[in-house]
Amino acid sequence: MDAVEAARCAVSAPALATRGLQKRFGSLVVARDIEFALPQGARHALVGPNGAGKTTLINLITGMVQPDEGRIFLGEAEITSSLPEERVKRGLVRTFQINALFPHLSALEAVTLAVCERRGGGGDWWRRLPSMHDEIDEAYDILRSLMLDEHCQRLTRELAYGQQRLLEIALALATKPRVLLLDEPAAGVPRDEIAELFGAIAGLSQHISVLFIEHDMDLVFRFASRIIVMVGGRILVEGTPGEIAADERVREVYLGRRGHG
Amino acid sequence: MQAASDATAARYLHFEEQVRWRSTETAFWVATLLPFLLFKSYLSLASQVAITALFALSLDLILGYAGIVSLGHAAFFGLGAYAAGLIAKHGWGEPLSGLVIAAAFAGVVGYAASFIIARFRHLTLIMITLGLGLLLYEAANSASWLTGGADGLQGMRMWPLLGYFKFDLYGVTAYSYSLAVLFLVFLAARRLIHSPFGLSLRGIRENPVRMPAIGAPSPARIRKIYTLSAVIAGAAGALLAQTTSTVSLEVLGFQRSADVLVILILGGAGRLYGGILGAIIYMVARDQFSGVNPQYWYFWIGLLLIAVVMLLPNGILGGLARWTSRWTPSKRRGAP
Repeated sequence: MDAVEAARCAVSAPALATRGLQKRFGSLVVARDIEFALPQGARHALVGPNGAGKTTLINLITGMVQPDEGRIFLGEAEITSSLPEERVKRGLVRTFQINALFPHLSALEAVTLAVCERRGGGGDWWRRLPSMHDEIDEAYDILRSLMLDEHCQRLTRELAYGQQRLLEIALALATKPRVLLLDEPAAGVPRDEIAELFGAIAGLSQHISVLFIEHDMDLVFRFASRIIVMVGGRILVEGTPGEIAADERVREVYLGRRGHG
Repeated sequence: MQAASDATAARYLHFEEQVRWRSTETAFWVATLLPFLLFKSYLSLASQVAITALFALSLDLILGYAGIVSLGHAAFFGLGAYAAGLIAKHGWGEPLSGLVIAAAFAGVVGYAASFIIARFRHLTLIMITLGLGLLLYEAANSASWLTGGADGLQGMRMWPLLGYFKFDLYGVTAYSYSLAVLFLVFLAARRLIHSPFGLSLRGIRENPVRMPAIGAPSPARIRKIYTLSAVIAGAAGALLAQTTSTVSLEVLGFQRSADVLVILILGGAGRLYGGILGAIIYMVARDQFSGVNPQYWYFWIGLLLIAVVMLLPNGILGGLARWTSRWTPSKRRGAP
């Protein structure tokens, strides 16, 4: 009975939610009363013109920037004042717009590092790495699920750009996220590799709730079940792809009648 | 099935490759015994080389692996030297326990400093470590009632090593002692860098911003390795004090901090053997050159340093590794 109860709770509470999030840098307001909820298993997109505050919102949620006001909830628990690495341990994980990888570690080493950290053995200084078969196997399986297994022994900096973007996601997956925030996962990826990359994201476990920032509206309409539009540090509108496509205000922002004036 | 298990083995082998004890390593450590047979009159120099190598190894752990720059690492070398010297001066001349106490003392100070170190990087860190070094130097200089100031600490009375081996004039005991400590610390450091902890240090070096995003507590790791590095530097200082029965103020000097950095960069940082190789080249070259014209010694070192960093960005050992990998098929690139 307990398990059923727990499952019902998990369904009712959103995976991630914010209330009245505010942040200003000097006189510039970069987040204004941000309120949204990401349901369990969601695939939501965060869109908006440059400078709308999308990456800042991710920085606020992951604790890399502290909000001036407001609260952040991961499931039932409030995480507003938790350290970034604590949030990661609780399952809130992000990727970066610009590759933030480990250039001189091989892909397998990098993901093994992340797996070791999640399992709590990352500070162990007497165990030999080659003997950590469970961790290495798990890292290898993650890399294989993203079709990186053939390249896993190469140094990160020797990988093609599209493969590096996949490695970003592999590193995030190694932390066993419940909520995954992807900051422009396809940025700089060659056109023909983008579909593959988003296919991998769409194919992630339904236990992972995903919020991704993306500029290409075709991709957004294809892969997101709901879309959040941000302008000037606040949420302009949130809705299904159909609603967003029909929304007059979104058109104005994107067609530049007012947005780029 | 066979293919599957081969693939599985390959991924462990990827890590095993880096950990494997190579025959060149055995050859190297056997070669460190040569001075006992071939260069008996140079055993004192050999002992100093081993001590400097140990000091460079301590810097390699923080600079080469965790990417923490230090321009004041002599602080811990000097603390170890003075601690060992004072213990021996005030009636306890037993070397091994003196070594342990001195190293632990440097470690305690290192641990305290690590809370500041873990918060900064790059230029700030260089200035902080430089400041720490200068501060301790002047403190030791002014506390001449304790340290002997500029005259150095005199009157150390060392007991025989293990109660049997006296510290002789030729340096047989000194070199045996220093080499043994260097070898044991090297083995421990080698084990450490091939552990998950060691991998996380390389992660900090490669991308400190990413580490919290994979849930790694970088500051705690930095504090650990910095403390350990201070312990090893302190042990090196203690060895110098014990084997020479004197401590001069220059153990804390800026020159020593700069020299060890040069040695590590010359040899190749982040490779464990880089500091050892650098120490051998640097110390032997200094010994030879300074016989010819001592005042120009740093001219040649300056020239060598510029040449090495321009032509071999990863030091002499890095250059050697790249050169040998051209002649052997690379194993890193193969698919599992």
